[in-house]
Amino acid sequence: MENVVIAGSGPAGLTAAIYAARGGLNPLVCEGLSPGGQLTVSESVENFPGFSDPVSGTDIMKKMREQARRFGAQFKKGSVNSVTQSDNCFDLYADKDRVKTKTLIIAAGAEARRLDVPGEARFYGRGVSGCAICDGNFFRDKDVLVVVGGNTAIQDAIFLSAIAAKVTTIHRRSHFRADACEIDRVKKIPNIQWLAPWVVEEIRGNDVVSGAVLRNSESEEERTISCDGIFVAIGHTPKTEAFRGMVEMDNEGYIKVHAKSTATTTQGIFACGDVCDSIYRQAVVAAGQGCMAALDVQRYLRKEI
Amino acid sequence: MLQTDLKHVTTEEEAKRLIGENPFVMMCCGRMGPMCIPVYEIMHQLETRYSHVVFGDMDFDMPEARFIKVLPECRSFMGLPFTVYFKNGNVVRATSSIQTEDEIVAILDEEFSEGIKK
Ligand SMILES: Cc1cc2nc3c(=O)[nH]c(=O)nc-3n(C[C@H](O)[C@H](O)[C@H](O)COP(=O)(O)OP(=O)(O)OC[C@H]3O[C@@H](n4cnc5c(N)ncnc54)[C@H](O)[C@@H]3O)c2cc1C
Repeated sequence: MENVVIAGSGPAGLTAAIYAARGGLNPLVCEGLSPGGQLTVSESVENFPGFSDPVSGTDIMKKMREQARRFGAQFKKGSVNSVTQSDNCFDLYADKDRVKTKTLIIAAGAEARRLDVPGEARFYGRGVSGCAICDGNFFRDKDVLVVVGGNTAIQDAIFLSAIAAKVTTIHRRSHFRADACEIDRVKKIPNIQWLAPWVVEEIRGNDVVSGAVLRNSESEEERTISCDGIFVAIGHTPKTEAFRGMVEMDNEGYIKVHAKSTATTTQGIFACGDVCDSIYRQAVVAAGQGCMAALDVQRYLRKEI
Repeated sequence: MLQTDLKHVTTEEEAKRLIGENPFVMMCCGRMGPMCIPVYEIMHQLETRYSHVVFGDMDFDMPEARFIKVLPECRSFMGLPFTVYFKNGNVVRATSSIQTEDEIVAILDEEFSEGIKK
């Protein structure tokens, strides 16, 4: 039987693994389908403490994994698909295997939200993308839209402006929630154009994307815009499906944790990072909560909480 | 070479031999990025369940991967990875960008079910 299984290998899960391993718990990390988590999408992270120069998210996550491994954390490929509770422990079903554990840390993060408009599913991979860094090069010298939500979307627009002929950012509100320095940077780029407050109503095309229908969210005016690609960067939703019914969640699927703690509504299950954070959603916050979760597990196993 | 647990295909010749010698081949051509890694992981997990299927990968940036990129079925693709399903040497399906396990399983069941031993 494991002392602790950590579901997730993003900043939250790996920080939990570092602390749990140093605490002698021999944690088992189920890495999920995206080892390293969301930060691996970012080519340039500028706000993670300890790195004075911009660093790629993949590099940060590789270092975190290596640090956890050095202290004895074990890694397992694949996802936790479901959890059941029996006596004082949990059975985790992770692909073909069943793993028994005294405690579970849920650090399964979040996944990119989709627009959910007509045409999106049909043209995904044929002009619609959720990853500017992965697919940006298919749009060299073309016109693209970036449907933006916050800081990461701004980074996508900046990244694409160096590849595409024109980048039009679409934002549903007149005011933009992003770091002032990011907004200043983007305003100086000549081939980025702003459209706010507009929303995408429909994505059109034949074999590939050729345009979109937009609606002004204040005046309700509609207009059609032609473009070759649409990058969707409207934030993330927590990836908590596998744990539904096991712990309490809010309406949006974020796991509820007790104040100043990572304890969930089920004793022995802890949650950290973007699965329970609807506000900050930053790597350093996820890492901090991962540390808290590992310390909470240690106290729980010593029967101090 | 991609860091996956799949069979790595590194030349066009090797790919063609694999496709010629095996009736059911699923080949994923991508990079080590967030849209591609989940597809490789799902393929790896499905290897035991679909033991009659050969699951392979190919590095998108290798010049030899051109043979996948120029397939008519991939002509309109603009999202990594490019995943191609070959039956008896012919392309039967191809998808662009990230796919869920359910989407992949649906294609495998539809296209490759006759290879499952009853
Ligand atoms: C493009 C982009 C750029 C960003 N840039 C920055 C930045 O510059 N600075 C910053 O601070 N933050 C940034 N962020 C936000 C930051 O990446 C997240 O806040 C952080 O990664 C959250 O960490 P996490 O560990 O909670 O979750 P994630 O990073 O989402 O990791 C979740 C992990 O759980 C695994 N998983 C999922 N489901 C299961 C399951 N059922 N079983 C087992 N494992 C599972 C996944 O495979 C993954 O490994 C960025 C995000 C994006 C998308």
